Amino acid sequence: MRVTQGTFSFLPDLTDAEISAQIEYALRQGWALAVEHTDLPHPRDVYWEMWGMPMFDLKDAAGVLMEVNACRKAFPDHYIKVNALDATQGWESTRLSFIVNRPQVEPGFRVIRQETAGRSVRYTIESRAAADRGGSDGR
Amino acid sequence: MNDEVPANVDLQALLREANVQDVLENLDRELVGLKPVKERIRDIAAYLVVSKARAALGLTGAPPSLHMSFTGNPGTGKTTVAMRMAEILHRLGYVRKGHLVSVTRDDLVGQYIGHTAPKTKEVLKRAMGGVLFIDEAYYLYRPENERDYGQEAIEILLQVMENSRDDLVVILAGYKDRMETFFRSNPGMASRIAHHIDFPDYSEAELYEIAALMLAKLDYRLDAGAEAALREYIAKRRVQPNFANARSIRNALDRARLRQANRLFALATPVTREALQTIAAGDIRASRVFQGD
Repeated sequence: MRVTQGTFSFLPDLTDAEISAQIEYALRQGWALAVEHTDLPHPRDVYWEMWGMPMFDLKDAAGVLMEVNACRKAFPDHYIKVNALDATQGWESTRLSFIVNRPQVEPGFRVIRQETAGRSVRYTIESRAAADRGGSDGR
Repeated sequence: MNDEVPANVDLQALLREANVQDVLENLDRELVGLKPVKERIRDIAAYLVVSKARAALGLTGAPPSLHMSFTGNPGTGKTTVAMRMAEILHRLGYVRKGHLVSVTRDDLVGQYIGHTAPKTKEVLKRAMGGVLFIDEAYYLYRPENERDYGQEAIEILLQVMENSRDDLVVILAGYKDRMETFFRSNPGMASRIAHHIDFPDYSEAELYEIAALMLAKLDYRLDAGAEAALREYIAKRRVQPNFANARSIRNALDRARLRQANRLFALATPVTREALQTIAAGDIRASRVFQGD
């Protein structure tokens, strides 16, 4: 199941040229860029593992793409996303975030039902990747 | 890519199109002296235009290597020329953004294990799309300490200079003799640098011209006595230790302006526009250089 988190996630995967163009746009807006990755995506997980520090004062997309490629090389089977952070007062938050790498096979999610008192049912969404590893990912 | 390859290329048109001529003319006008440097830059600009023309005609050939080394004494204009170089490369389309990131050893080398690589990479990322200017590059290599982290910075630098040739141009700068030692002990670095440009020291007349240019930019002028005093000052200062060419001249002028302000302040009468602009002989002759006469 295709994970659709962040901008452009319903489109076909972006090529490196398209990624560069998006980064270029973010840099023109004066946003700082950061690369993050995870092997256990979850709809509620906004923060993934950081790949190095966020990058400030860059002028060109090549630097960010270099980090994206380094991260791809280290974790070819992880989800990798690029975040663009706007430091302007009032925003001080992520303005753009898009996935730049996906694993070959995306196991997707499953629903766990838990029957509790009074016939009520509780639902949990669990990443199948976590289940395959033998249980909950602790989330 | 277009299948049709043009039969000929107008080099002058290519040069005009890139507006490089303006930069070269500005260089001629605004930088005093430095004849060999200007000639070398013209050569490089011509070479880059020809490389572009060759590519347009579909002639094979690796993209030209653009990393450079600027050698010369302090204050001979290395940083200023590097900035112009960045502009030339940008206009010819060899770097995408054309900014200059100026760093020294402290910006590249870390203080503990594992600190150097991220630090160097951060600087490289900031410089991408432009020119990375490493001042006093020989400090990166410290042969007396084999565990020095400078070597690590050099290795990362070399890797990026080789693999990301389209993304950034590296200019190393420093004293001539020490740069030569540096290249001898780092053959990998020497072999990746195609252009060596040597900056000569300025002559007395050139230094005076520089001083006049600086003062004109700041809306000051010298009275007749001060002109002679400045020429004398330059002749004396030039042979003293720690002389840093144009930089020493700029500092001398800053101090003369300070003395002029002091002199005007001591006056009881209101000052004229003329007085505010004029540097007198006394402002220059009060310098420590004239003491001991």
